[in-house]
Amino acid sequence: MAQELSEKELLKMEVEQLKKEVKTPRTLISKTGKEIKDYVEAEAGNDLLLKGIPEDKNPFKEKGGCAIS
Amino acid sequence: MCDQTFLVNVFGSCDKCFKQRALRPVFKKSQQLSYCSMCAEIMATDGLHENQTLASLKSEAECLKGKLEEERAKLHDVELHQVAERVEALGQFVMKTRRTLKGHGNKVLCMDWCKDKRRIVSSSQDGKVIVWDSFTTNKEHAVTMPCTWVMACAYAPSGCAIACGGLDNKCSVYPLTFDKNENMAAKKKSVAMHTNYLSACSFTNSDMQILTASGDGTCALWDVESGQLLQSFHGHGADVLCLDLAPSETGNTFVSGGCDKKAMVWDMRSGQCVQAFETHESDINSVRYYPSGDAFASGSDDATCRLYDLRADREVSIYSKESIIFGASSVDFSLSGRLLFAGYNDYTINVWDVLKGSRVSILFGHENRVSTLRVSPDGTAFCSGSWDHTLRVWA
Repeated sequence: MAQELSEKELLKMEVEQLKKEVKTPRTLISKTGKEIKDYVEAEAGNDLLLKGIPEDKNPFKEKGGCAIS
Repeated sequence: MCDQTFLVNVFGSCDKCFKQRALRPVFKKSQQLSYCSMCAEIMATDGLHENQTLASLKSEAECLKGKLEEERAKLHDVELHQVAERVEALGQFVMKTRRTLKGHGNKVLCMDWCKDKRRIVSSSQDGKVIVWDSFTTNKEHAVTMPCTWVMACAYAPSGCAIACGGLDNKCSVYPLTFDKNENMAAKKKSVAMHTNYLSACSFTNSDMQILTASGDGTCALWDVESGQLLQSFHGHGADVLCLDLAPSETGNTFVSGGCDKKAMVWDMRSGQCVQAFETHESDINSVRYYPSGDAFASGSDDATCRLYDLRADREVSIYSKESIIFGASSVDFSLSGRLLFAGYNDYTINVWDVLKGSRVSILFGHENRVSTLRVSPDGTAFCSGSWDHTLRVWA
Protein backbone atom coordinates (compact mmCIF):
# COMPACT_ATOMS: atom_id res chain seq x y z
CA MET A 1 0.00 0.00 0.00
CA ALA A 2 1.02 3.59 -0.39
CA GLN A 3 1.58 3.97 3.34
CA GLU A 4 4.33 1.35 3.44
CA LEU A 5 6.68 3.10 1.03
CA SER A 6 9.03 5.93 1.94
CA GLU A 7 8.45 9.38 0.51
CA LYS A 8 11.42 8.92 -1.80
CA GLU A 9 10.10 5.63 -3.20
CA LEU A 10 6.65 7.15 -3.74
CA LEU A 11 8.18 10.05 -5.61
CA LYS A 12 10.30 7.72 -7.73
CA MET A 13 7.15 5.79 -8.71
CA GLU A 14 5.39 9.04 -9.50
CA VAL A 15 8.25 10.26 -11.69
CA GLU A 16 8.39 6.94 -13.58
CA GLN A 17 4.62 7.04 -14.13
CA LEU A 18 4.70 10.66 -15.31
CA LYS A 19 7.51 9.87 -17.77
CA LYS A 20 5.30 7.15 -19.27
CA GLU A 21 2.27 9.39 -19.41
CA VAL A 22 4.06 12.21 -21.21
CA LYS A 23 4.71 9.77 -24.05
CA THR A 24 1.03 8.74 -24.45
CA PRO A 25 -0.16 9.13 -28.06
CA ARG A 26 -2.85 11.80 -28.28
CA THR A 27 -5.36 12.99 -30.87
CA LEU A 28 -6.81 16.42 -31.50
CA ILE A 29 -10.15 17.18 -29.85
CA SER A 30 -11.54 18.39 -33.17
CA LYS A 31 -11.17 14.79 -34.32
CA THR A 32 -12.12 12.88 -31.16
CA GLY A 33 -14.94 15.28 -30.33
CA LYS A 34 -16.35 14.73 -33.77
CA GLU A 35 -16.20 10.97 -33.27
CA ILE A 36 -18.14 11.32 -30.03
CA LYS A 37 -20.72 13.46 -31.80
CA ASP A 38 -20.96 10.95 -34.66
CA TYR A 39 -21.44 8.10 -32.21
CA VAL A 40 -24.27 9.96 -30.50
CA GLU A 41 -26.00 10.73 -33.77
CA ALA A 42 -25.68 7.14 -34.93
CA GLU A 43 -27.10 5.70 -31.72
CA ALA A 44 -29.68 8.39 -30.99
CA GLY A 45 -32.33 6.39 -32.81
CA ASN A 46 -31.99 3.54 -30.33
CA ASP A 47 -31.84 5.70 -27.25
CA LEU A 48 -35.27 5.40 -25.68
CA LEU A 49 -34.56 7.76 -22.83
CA LEU A 50 -33.67 10.37 -25.43
CA LYS A 51 -36.51 9.84 -27.89
CA GLY A 52 -39.17 8.99 -25.40
CA ILE A 53 -41.25 5.87 -25.68
CA PRO A 54 -44.97 5.55 -26.41
CA GLU A 55 -46.88 4.64 -23.26
CA ASP A 56 -48.16 1.37 -24.62
CA LYS A 57 -44.66 0.12 -25.39
CA ASN A 58 -43.13 1.23 -22.12
CA PRO A 59 -42.45 -1.81 -19.92
CA PHE A 60 -42.64 0.49 -16.93
CA LYS A 61 -45.95 2.07 -17.79
CA GLU A 62 -48.43 2.59 -14.96
CA LYS A 63 -50.16 -0.58 -14.05
CA GLY A 64 -53.90 -0.81 -14.59
CA GLY A 65 -56.21 2.03 -13.68
CA CYS A 66 -58.39 4.05 -16.02
CA ALA A 67 -57.50 7.14 -17.93
CA ILE A 68 -59.99 9.91 -17.58
CA SER A 69 -59.67 12.30 -20.45
CA MET B 1 32.84 29.92 33.73
CA CYS B 2 29.31 28.79 34.55
CA ASP B 3 28.15 28.04 31.02
CA GLN B 4 30.85 25.77 29.77
CA THR B 5 29.61 22.71 27.97
CA PHE B 6 31.46 19.56 28.56
CA LEU B 7 31.76 16.97 25.89
CA VAL B 8 31.49 13.62 27.51
CA ASN B 9 33.90 11.23 25.87
CA VAL B 10 32.45 7.78 25.64
CA PHE B 11 34.72 5.09 24.30
CA GLY B 12 33.28 1.99 22.83
CA SER B 13 32.34 0.07 19.75
CA CYS B 14 30.88 2.23 16.96
CA ASP B 15 27.37 1.09 16.02
CA LYS B 16 28.26 1.32 12.35
CA CYS B 17 31.86 0.20 11.83
CA PHE B 18 32.28 -1.57 15.18
CA LYS B 19 35.78 -0.11 15.66
CA GLN B 20 36.82 1.01 19.12
CA ARG B 21 36.61 4.79 18.98
CA ALA B 22 35.44 7.86 20.84
CA LEU B 23 31.73 7.87 20.26
CA ARG B 24 29.15 10.61 19.92
CA PRO B 25 25.34 10.28 19.99
CA VAL B 26 23.67 10.28 16.62
CA PHE B 27 19.93 10.20 15.79
CA LYS B 28 18.68 8.06 12.95
CA LYS B 29 14.88 7.92 12.45
CA SER B 30 14.42 9.03 16.07
CA GLN B 31 16.53 6.17 17.39
CA GLN B 32 19.70 7.07 19.31
CA LEU B 33 22.90 5.34 18.17
CA SER B 34 26.58 5.86 18.99
CA TYR B 35 28.85 6.51 16.03
CA CYS B 36 32.56 7.28 15.83
CA SER B 37 33.39 10.67 14.36
CA MET B 38 34.22 9.16 10.95
CA CYS B 39 30.86 7.39 10.56
CA ALA B 40 29.04 10.44 11.94
CA GLU B 41 30.62 12.59 9.17
CA ILE B 42 29.62 10.06 6.51
CA MET B 43 26.08 9.94 7.83
CA ALA B 44 25.81 13.72 7.80
CA THR B 45 26.82 13.90 4.14
CA ASP B 46 24.59 10.93 3.23
CA GLY B 47 21.73 12.77 4.86
CA LEU B 48 22.54 15.72 2.68
CA HIS B 49 22.42 13.51 -0.41
CA GLU B 50 19.17 12.02 0.78
CA ASN B 51 17.61 15.47 0.99
CA GLN B 52 19.07 16.47 -2.32
CA THR B 53 17.65 13.40 -4.02
CA LEU B 54 14.22 14.03 -2.48
CA ALA B 55 14.26 17.65 -3.59
CA SER B 56 15.46 16.78 -7.07
CA LEU B 57 12.79 14.09 -7.42
CA LYS B 58 10.14 16.57 -6.36
CA SER B 59 11.27 19.12 -8.91
CA GLU B 60 11.51 16.42 -11.59
CA ALA B 61 7.92 15.40 -10.82
CA GLU B 62 6.77 19.03 -11.03
CA CYS B 63 8.65 19.49 -14.28
CA LEU B 64 7.09 16.34 -15.78
CA LYS B 65 3.62 17.43 -14.68
CA GLY B 66 4.18 20.72 -16.45
CA LYS B 67 5.34 18.90 -19.58
CA LEU B 68 2.26 16.65 -19.44
CA GLU B 69 0.01 19.72 -19.26
CA GLU B 70 1.81 21.23 -22.25
CA GLU B 71 1.45 18.06 -24.32
CA ARG B 72 -2.23 17.81 -23.44
CA ALA B 73 -2.83 21.46 -24.25
CA LYS B 74 -1.53 20.92 -27.78
CA LEU B 75 -4.53 18.71 -28.55
CA HIS B 76 -7.01 21.21 -27.16
CA ASP B 77 -7.74 22.89 -30.45
CA VAL B 78 -11.46 23.15 -29.96
CA GLU B 79 -14.13 22.70 -27.26
CA LEU B 80 -16.56 19.77 -27.38
CA HIS B 81 -19.60 22.04 -27.46
CA GLN B 82 -18.11 23.83 -30.48
CA VAL B 83 -17.83 20.52 -32.32
CA ALA B 84 -21.48 19.96 -31.42
CA GLU B 85 -22.74 23.39 -32.44
CA ARG B 86 -24.74 22.12 -35.36
CA VAL B 87 -26.34 19.31 -33.38
CA GLU B 88 -30.01 19.85 -32.72
CA ALA B 89 -30.82 21.06 -29.24
CA LEU B 90 -32.82 18.70 -27.09
CA GLY B 91 -36.47 19.33 -26.36
CA GLN B 92 -38.26 19.11 -23.07
CA PHE B 93 -37.92 15.88 -21.19
CA VAL B 94 -40.73 14.20 -19.37
CA MET B 95 -39.26 11.58 -17.12
CA LYS B 96 -41.27 10.34 -14.21
CA THR B 97 -40.88 7.87 -11.44
CA ARG B 98 -42.55 4.73 -12.76
CA ARG B 99 -41.77 2.42 -9.88
CA THR B 100 -40.77 2.98 -6.28
CA LEU B 101 -39.05 0.01 -4.65
CA LYS B 102 -39.66 0.07 -0.91
CA GLY B 103 -38.32 -2.43 1.53
CA HIS B 104 -34.89 -1.39 2.71
CA GLY B 105 -34.74 -0.43 6.34
CA ASN B 106 -32.02 2.13 5.90
CA LYS B 107 -30.03 4.13 3.32
CA VAL B 108 -29.71 2.51 -0.09
CA LEU B 109 -26.02 2.66 -1.00
CA CYS B 110 -25.65 0.80 -4.27
CA MET B 111 -27.61 -0.90 -7.02
CA ASP B 112 -27.04 -2.77 -10.27
CA TRP B 113 -29.20 -4.04 -13.12
CA CYS B 114 -29.36 -7.61 -14.29
CA LYS B 115 -28.72 -8.19 -18.01
CA ASP B 116 -32.37 -9.22 -18.33
CA LYS B 117 -33.23 -5.50 -18.02
CA ARG B 118 -35.76 -6.04 -15.32
CA ARG B 119 -34.09 -7.38 -12.22
CA ILE B 120 -32.22 -5.11 -9.86
CA VAL B 121 -29.95 -5.83 -6.92
CA SER B 122 -29.58 -3.19 -4.22
CA SER B 123 -27.67 -2.96 -0.95
CA SER B 124 -28.18 -0.88 2.12
CA GLN B 125 -26.64 0.49 5.30
CA ASP B 126 -28.67 -1.98 7.34
CA GLY B 127 -26.73 -4.89 5.85
CA LYS B 128 -29.53 -6.15 3.59
CA VAL B 129 -29.06 -6.98 -0.06
CA ILE B 130 -32.30 -7.34 -2.03
CA VAL B 131 -33.02 -8.57 -5.56
CA TRP B 132 -36.14 -6.96 -7.06
CA ASP B 133 -38.24 -7.48 -10.15
CA SER B 134 -38.57 -3.88 -11.27
CA PHE B 135 -41.64 -4.55 -13.42
CA THR B 136 -43.73 -5.90 -10.54
CA THR B 137 -41.73 -4.36 -7.63
CA ASN B 138 -41.67 -7.79 -5.99
CA LYS B 139 -38.68 -8.79 -3.90
CA GLU B 140 -37.27 -12.01 -5.26
CA HIS B 141 -34.35 -12.59 -2.92
CA ALA B 142 -33.03 -11.03 0.24
CA VAL B 143 -29.89 -11.74 2.20
CA THR B 144 -28.53 -10.17 5.35
CA MET B 145 -24.81 -9.49 5.33
CA PRO B 146 -22.82 -9.89 8.55
CA CYS B 147 -21.80 -6.23 8.34
CA THR B 148 -23.54 -2.89 7.99
CA TRP B 149 -22.85 -0.37 5.20
CA VAL B 150 -22.91 -2.70 2.22
CA MET B 151 -21.45 -0.11 -0.11
CA ALA B 152 -21.08 -2.23 -3.20
CA CYS B 153 -23.19 -4.74 -5.04
CA ALA B 154 -23.20 -6.15 -8.54
CA TYR B 155 -25.20 -8.57 -10.67
CA ALA B 156 -23.35 -11.38 -12.43
CA PRO B 157 -23.58 -11.34 -16.24
CA SER B 158 -25.40 -14.69 -16.21
CA GLY B 159 -27.99 -13.35 -13.79
CA CYS B 160 -27.35 -16.34 -11.54
CA ALA B 161 -25.36 -14.67 -8.80
CA ILE B 162 -24.74 -11.37 -7.06
CA ALA B 163 -21.67 -9.94 -5.38
CA CYS B 164 -21.60 -7.51 -2.48
CA GLY B 165 -19.43 -6.13 0.29
CA GLY B 166 -18.69 -3.14 2.45
CA LEU B 167 -17.39 -2.67 5.96
CA ASP B 168 -16.49 -6.34 6.15
CA ASN B 169 -13.54 -5.50 3.79
CA LYS B 170 -14.59 -8.41 1.62
CA CYS B 171 -16.47 -9.05 -1.58
CA SER B 172 -18.71 -12.11 -1.35
CA VAL B 173 -20.58 -13.90 -4.11
CA TYR B 174 -24.04 -15.39 -3.51
CA PRO B 175 -25.51 -17.76 -6.10
CA LEU B 176 -29.19 -16.96 -6.64
CA THR B 177 -31.47 -19.87 -6.11
CA PHE B 178 -35.19 -20.17 -6.56
CA ASP B 179 -35.45 -23.10 -4.23
CA LYS B 180 -37.47 -21.83 -1.28
CA ASN B 181 -35.85 -24.33 1.04
CA GLU B 182 -32.33 -23.18 0.36
CA ASN B 183 -30.79 -20.52 2.51
CA MET B 184 -28.97 -18.06 0.27
CA ALA B 185 -26.50 -17.13 2.97
CA ALA B 186 -25.36 -20.74 3.26
CA LYS B 187 -23.89 -20.75 -0.24
CA LYS B 188 -21.94 -17.54 0.27
CA LYS B 189 -18.42 -17.49 -1.13
CA SER B 190 -15.87 -14.96 0.09
CA VAL B 191 -13.84 -13.88 -2.90
CA ALA B 192 -11.96 -10.65 -2.24
CA MET B 193 -10.06 -9.58 0.86
CA HIS B 194 -8.96 -6.02 1.30
CA THR B 195 -7.47 -4.25 4.30
CA ASN B 196 -10.18 -1.62 4.35
CA TYR B 197 -13.80 -1.21 3.27
CA LEU B 198 -15.01 -2.38 -0.11
CA SER B 199 -16.32 0.63 -2.05
CA ALA B 200 -17.14 -0.88 -5.45
CA CYS B 201 -17.25 -4.20 -7.23
CA SER B 202 -18.05 -5.41 -10.72
CA PHE B 203 -17.99 -8.72 -12.56
CA THR B 204 -15.91 -8.70 -15.71
CA ASN B 205 -17.37 -10.23 -18.89
CA SER B 206 -18.09 -13.49 -17.10
CA ASP B 207 -19.18 -14.78 -13.72
CA MET B 208 -15.61 -15.97 -13.17
CA GLN B 209 -13.80 -12.76 -12.34
CA ILE B 210 -14.54 -9.80 -10.11
CA LEU B 211 -12.91 -6.39 -9.99
CA THR B 212 -12.97 -4.59 -6.64
CA ALA B 213 -12.09 -1.13 -5.32
CA SER B 214 -11.32 -0.43 -1.69
CA GLY B 215 -10.74 2.16 0.98
CA ASP B 216 -7.25 0.71 1.25
CA GLY B 217 -6.30 2.65 -1.89
CA THR B 218 -6.09 -0.30 -4.27
CA CYS B 219 -8.19 -2.08 -6.89
CA ALA B 220 -7.89 -5.80 -7.46
CA LEU B 221 -8.96 -8.50 -9.88
CA TRP B 222 -10.02 -11.86 -8.36
CA ASP B 223 -10.89 -15.33 -9.59
CA VAL B 224 -14.31 -16.14 -8.17
CA GLU B 225 -13.90 -19.92 -8.00
CA SER B 226 -10.60 -20.01 -6.12
CA GLY B 227 -10.67 -16.58 -4.47
CA GLN B 228 -7.18 -16.02 -5.86
CA LEU B 229 -5.85 -12.52 -6.44
CA LEU B 230 -5.09 -12.26 -10.16
CA GLN B 231 -3.86 -8.69 -10.35
CA SER B 232 -3.65 -5.70 -8.08
CA PHE B 233 -3.63 -2.05 -9.05
CA HIS B 234 -1.62 0.40 -6.96
CA GLY B 235 -1.36 4.08 -7.62
CA HIS B 236 -4.15 5.93 -5.88
CA GLY B 237 -2.94 8.02 -2.98
CA ALA B 238 -6.13 7.55 -0.96
CA ASP B 239 -9.37 5.54 -0.81
CA VAL B 240 -10.67 4.34 -4.17
CA LEU B 241 -14.41 5.03 -4.29
CA CYS B 242 -15.57 3.78 -7.67
CA LEU B 243 -14.68 1.84 -10.77
CA ASP B 244 -16.12 1.00 -14.17
CA LEU B 245 -15.06 -1.55 -16.77
CA ALA B 246 -14.58 -0.52 -20.39
CA PRO B 247 -17.30 -1.77 -22.76
CA SER B 248 -16.08 -5.20 -23.88
CA GLU B 249 -15.34 -4.18 -27.45
CA THR B 250 -12.71 -1.69 -26.44
CA GLY B 251 -10.37 -3.97 -24.59
CA ASN B 252 -9.13 -4.78 -21.17
CA THR B 253 -9.14 -1.54 -19.27
CA PHE B 254 -11.07 -0.02 -16.42
CA VAL B 255 -11.26 3.39 -14.81
CA SER B 256 -11.24 4.14 -11.09
CA GLY B 257 -11.82 7.31 -9.08
CA GLY B 258 -10.74 8.14 -5.56
CA CYS B 259 -10.43 10.49 -2.63
CA ASP B 260 -7.13 11.68 -4.05
CA LYS B 261 -9.19 13.53 -6.72
CA LYS B 262 -7.66 11.36 -9.41
CA ALA B 263 -9.34 9.28 -12.07
CA MET B 264 -7.00 6.53 -13.31
CA VAL B 265 -7.30 4.25 -16.30
CA TRP B 266 -5.70 0.81 -15.85
CA ASP B 267 -4.58 -2.02 -18.09
CA MET B 268 -6.13 -5.11 -16.52
CA ARG B 269 -3.48 -7.51 -17.73
CA SER B 270 -0.34 -5.63 -16.70
CA GLY B 271 -1.69 -3.84 -13.65
CA GLN B 272 -0.23 -0.60 -14.97
CA CYS B 273 -1.94 2.76 -14.95
CA VAL B 274 -2.09 4.01 -18.53
CA GLN B 275 -3.62 7.44 -18.02
CA ALA B 276 -4.42 9.61 -15.03
CA PHE B 277 -6.50 12.74 -14.71
CA GLU B 278 -6.43 15.16 -11.81
CA THR B 279 -8.77 18.04 -12.56
CA HIS B 280 -11.47 17.52 -9.96
CA GLU B 281 -11.27 19.56 -6.78
CA SER B 282 -12.56 16.92 -4.43
CA ASP B 283 -13.28 13.19 -4.04
CA ILE B 284 -14.47 11.42 -7.18
CA ASN B 285 -17.55 9.42 -6.19
CA SER B 286 -18.47 7.85 -9.48
CA VAL B 287 -16.90 7.06 -12.86
CA ARG B 288 -18.66 5.67 -15.91
CA TYR B 289 -17.37 4.86 -19.40
CA TYR B 290 -18.97 6.50 -22.38
CA PRO B 291 -20.88 3.85 -24.42
CA SER B 292 -18.27 3.91 -27.23
CA GLY B 293 -15.44 3.38 -24.74
CA ASP B 294 -13.50 6.42 -25.95
CA ALA B 295 -14.31 8.60 -22.98
CA PHE B 296 -15.58 8.47 -19.42
CA ALA B 297 -17.55 10.72 -17.07
CA SER B 298 -16.97 11.37 -13.40
CA GLY B 299 -19.07 12.79 -10.59
CA SER B 300 -17.43 14.47 -7.61
CA ASP B 301 -17.93 16.12 -4.24
CA ASP B 302 -16.85 19.36 -5.93
CA ALA B 303 -20.42 19.50 -7.35
CA THR B 304 -19.28 18.98 -10.94
CA CYS B 305 -19.39 16.13 -13.41
CA ARG B 306 -16.67 16.02 -16.05
CA LEU B 307 -16.08 14.24 -19.32
CA TYR B 308 -12.59 12.97 -20.12
CA ASP B 309 -11.68 12.00 -23.67
CA LEU B 310 -9.25 9.07 -23.58
CA ARG B 311 -7.77 9.61 -27.03
CA ALA B 312 -7.20 13.33 -26.57
CA ASP B 313 -5.98 12.46 -23.05
CA ARG B 314 -7.75 15.37 -21.36
CA GLU B 315 -10.90 16.68 -19.76
CA VAL B 316 -13.18 17.98 -22.53
CA SER B 317 -16.29 19.09 -20.72
CA ILE B 318 -17.50 20.19 -17.28
CA TYR B 319 -21.13 19.86 -16.25
CA SER B 320 -21.79 22.35 -13.51
CA LYS B 321 -23.94 25.28 -12.50
CA GLU B 322 -23.44 27.90 -9.84
CA SER B 323 -26.69 26.82 -8.27
CA ILE B 324 -25.45 23.27 -7.84
CA ILE B 325 -23.33 23.18 -4.72
CA PHE B 326 -23.79 19.63 -3.50
CA GLY B 327 -21.64 16.74 -4.55
CA ALA B 328 -22.57 14.40 -7.38
CA SER B 329 -22.63 10.86 -6.05
CA SER B 330 -23.38 8.82 -9.13
CA VAL B 331 -23.37 9.21 -12.93
CA ASP B 332 -24.43 7.18 -15.95
CA PHE B 333 -24.96 7.72 -19.69
CA SER B 334 -28.04 7.06 -21.77
CA LEU B 335 -27.60 4.46 -24.54
CA SER B 336 -26.39 6.89 -27.21
CA GLY B 337 -24.25 8.87 -24.81
CA ARG B 338 -26.17 12.05 -25.49
CA LEU B 339 -27.52 12.32 -21.96
CA LEU B 340 -25.65 12.12 -18.67
CA PHE B 341 -27.75 11.38 -15.62
CA ALA B 342 -26.23 12.45 -12.31
CA GLY B 343 -27.55 11.93 -8.80
CA TYR B 344 -26.65 14.55 -6.21
CA ASN B 345 -26.47 14.97 -2.46
CA ASP B 346 -29.16 17.69 -2.66
CA TYR B 347 -31.71 14.92 -3.39
CA THR B 348 -32.04 15.74 -7.10
CA ILE B 349 -31.05 14.11 -10.36
CA ASN B 350 -29.74 16.42 -13.07
CA VAL B 351 -29.85 15.41 -16.70
CA TRP B 352 -27.06 16.93 -18.82
CA ASP B 353 -26.65 17.27 -22.58
CA VAL B 354 -23.23 15.65 -22.94
CA LEU B 355 -22.38 17.39 -26.22
CA LYS B 356 -23.55 20.91 -25.46
CA GLY B 357 -22.66 20.94 -21.78
CA SER B 358 -26.03 22.27 -20.64
CA ARG B 359 -28.54 20.88 -18.20
CA VAL B 360 -31.73 19.66 -19.88
CA SER B 361 -33.75 18.54 -16.92
CA ILE B 362 -33.85 18.30 -13.15
CA LEU B 363 -35.74 15.45 -11.50
CA PHE B 364 -37.21 15.64 -8.03
CA GLY B 365 -38.64 12.82 -6.02
CA HIS B 366 -36.15 11.46 -3.58
CA GLU B 367 -36.36 12.69 -0.02
CA ASN B 368 -32.71 12.35 0.78
CA ARG B 369 -29.34 12.06 -0.99
CA VAL B 370 -29.26 10.12 -4.24
CA SER B 371 -26.47 7.65 -3.64
CA THR B 372 -26.52 5.44 -6.72
CA LEU B 373 -27.83 5.60 -10.28
CA ARG B 374 -27.68 3.18 -13.23
CA VAL B 375 -29.28 3.15 -16.66
CA SER B 376 -30.86 -0.19 -17.60
CA PRO B 377 -28.90 -2.42 -20.03
CA ASP B 378 -31.17 -1.60 -22.97
CA GLY B 379 -31.53 2.07 -22.08
CA THR B 380 -35.30 2.07 -21.58
CA ALA B 381 -35.13 3.37 -18.04
CA PHE B 382 -32.78 4.23 -15.22
CA CYS B 383 -32.89 3.44 -11.53
CA SER B 384 -31.78 5.64 -8.65
CA GLY B 385 -31.20 4.62 -5.04
CA SER B 386 -31.28 7.03 -2.13
CA TRP B 387 -30.64 7.57 1.55
CA ASP B 388 -34.44 7.88 1.81
CA HIS B 389 -34.46 4.02 1.84
CA THR B 390 -36.08 3.70 -1.59
CA LEU B 391 -35.15 3.04 -5.18
CA ARG B 392 -36.97 4.71 -8.06
CA VAL B 393 -37.20 3.58 -11.66
CA TRP B 394 -37.57 6.47 -14.09
CA ALA B 395 -38.64 6.33 -17.71
